[in-house]
Amino acid sequence: MKATWKKCIVVLAAMALLAAACGGSDDDSGDTAAAGSGDAGCDSVDDVALQLQWFAQAQFAGYYAAVDQGLYDDRCLNVNIVEGGVDIVPQQQLASGAADFAISWVPKALVSREEGIDIVNVAQIFQRSGTLQVSFADSGINGPADLAGKKVGSWGFGNEFELLAGSRAAGVEPGVDYEIVQQNFDMLALINGEIDAAQAMNYNEYAQVLETINPDTGELFTAEDLTVINWNDVGTAMLQDAIWADGTRLGDAAYQDITTRFIAASVEGWAWCRDNSADCVDVVLANGPTLGESHQTWQLNEISGLIWPSPDGAGLMDQGLWDQTVEVATAESVLAGPPDASSFTTEYAEAALKLLADAGVDATGSGFSLADVTLNEGGE
Amino acid sequence: MTAPVETARPGFARAAPAVLRQAVTVLGSLVTIVVLWEGYKFIGDRTDDTWPLTNIGLPVSSDDLTMPHASDIWSAFWAPVQRGGSDSLAVFLVKASWFTLREAALGFAMGTCIGLVLAAIMLRSHFAERGVLPWVNISQTVPLIALAPIVVTWGRTNGWGDTLSVALISTYLTFFPVAVNGLKGLQSPQAADIELMRSYAAGWRDTLFKVRLPAARPYLFPAFKLAGTLSVVGAIVGEISAGVRGGLGRAILDFAGRYSTGPAKVYAAVIGAGLLGLFVFGLISAAERFFVRGPQGSGT
Repeated sequence: MKATWKKCIVVLAAMALLAAACGGSDDDSGDTAAAGSGDAGCDSVDDVALQLQWFAQAQFAGYYAAVDQGLYDDRCLNVNIVEGGVDIVPQQQLASGAADFAISWVPKALVSREEGIDIVNVAQIFQRSGTLQVSFADSGINGPADLAGKKVGSWGFGNEFELLAGSRAAGVEPGVDYEIVQQNFDMLALINGEIDAAQAMNYNEYAQVLETINPDTGELFTAEDLTVINWNDVGTAMLQDAIWADGTRLGDAAYQDITTRFIAASVEGWAWCRDNSADCVDVVLANGPTLGESHQTWQLNEISGLIWPSPDGAGLMDQGLWDQTVEVATAESVLAGPPDASSFTTEYAEAALKLLADAGVDATGSGFSLADVTLNEGGE
Repeated sequence: MTAPVETARPGFARAAPAVLRQAVTVLGSLVTIVVLWEGYKFIGDRTDDTWPLTNIGLPVSSDDLTMPHASDIWSAFWAPVQRGGSDSLAVFLVKASWFTLREAALGFAMGTCIGLVLAAIMLRSHFAERGVLPWVNISQTVPLIALAPIVVTWGRTNGWGDTLSVALISTYLTFFPVAVNGLKGLQSPQAADIELMRSYAAGWRDTLFKVRLPAARPYLFPAFKLAGTLSVVGAIVGEISAGVRGGLGRAILDFAGRYSTGPAKVYAAVIGAGLLGLFVFGLISAAERFFVRGPQGSGT
């Protein structure tokens, strides 16, 4: 009996050791950064952790490409891209010091700022909003005014303000003239007819509909089957993916320098993806082993459309869109008041664009136009 | 404590049919589930999603998006997980399961140790039992999804890997049944046995290891089985919460986010998670047979 218990304890201890060993050796398996190399003639290499809002996908292609192509290495940075999770709020990760930079939508980050988190928008990567309200063509929803009397899906959690403001501007009161339905992060409710209009990102959920077989025809749904409300056209679009930095650390010269170099290499990554879209999709697919090729090709194309062209240079804040974002956010009581002037700065983006101009990188993408992407069933 | 009698030892001739019986039961229940699933779909398809001969709606829509055919789920396992990729979804899920299993094993090991130590402390002192037991109970009413982000943030600011954070979340679920059942088991020997040990002038530790712990086995192994499956649940929830790549949690979330374009994959991933839980359960059951009902397992 004693021997049995000794065995039991030995087995348990062995399990613990094994688990610890396996776990330990794999602690960095989630990291995608290449090992830092100082081959660009760096005196020292700075470690940078970038917190994403979600998992690896073409929405973040530029950063993955900058790692893959050694663009961060060239700027003496060793970047570790940290993927988001269900409970990961990028702004919090930035404020807690777990990340050096974070990608976040502007309204959400401004709410965090209002709550006392000192974060600063240092580069506005997306110049347009990717949020749509998608309906089937036969429901006759062609503009915000047509939402009256309909069941309208929204993800909530801060994703609904463009819709609320857009419909109010058209004289249709949310919750009164139409019903808002909590929508999952898939398009099932629209396809099943439970809702008349669904929230969708042009680079993700909209494409998911087009990757689904229409039960009536046995073929994939087509763009002709759908109508779309684009908040950029309505005039209630809000700024989305931007690079946020830690406000307190921005007083530190070393961090300022890292910020400039990080923006420069990131924008260069996005420019590389714009000019080498097929290779860039491969980089994304390598970082997301379950992602579908045609879906990511579509996504990169649409994301590029949100960034390019950037007439003043990618990463620079468009004051007009910033004002519009703040206006919608305060009108919808997302923000108690307009954010202070230190909420964003173009200082580092300007310095970064100068670095890129010296290196001969096209950071405006004036010749960019959207490509025609064919989606396959299931996004494969 | 006589030597075990011949008949108590399961002979191979008797064991083989038992394995066969087990296999037939598993296969039979699988067939039943598939038949019920497809039957429901068949009826729903014919009656436009109402109970036959009524106009009362079925609880779940039976279309192929909501309930993909069993054959579609089966073939999803064998289709490549990424176009042009070499891994099938099954291989991908096995790899993901291995990743999650290691986190769960670490969480299980830590949870078991913590649970046993807590049980011993509560056994030693009634004061500790009164003071600790309520907190052990309260700990389980804190929703895991509230705790997970806290643990992950701690882990990231203190620089320990996400793997350890996930294992800690798993630990949080696993220590509870071990502590509660362990205490009950350690208290289970009859007073006469304890008094006998006392008459031998045996110390507390000797009594613990020679009488109480062996007597606790029938209580501990059910707790281990529960803890084992919970450790898998904890690891999956932790992965989803922290966004750890490589495991089943990530796979489930990934496929769920693209539900409408590939519902069969979501089901396949969920089935994979179920199989992993079953595997852990089986492993601990085997250990139980070895330690409790084995050659020496006839108790005190």
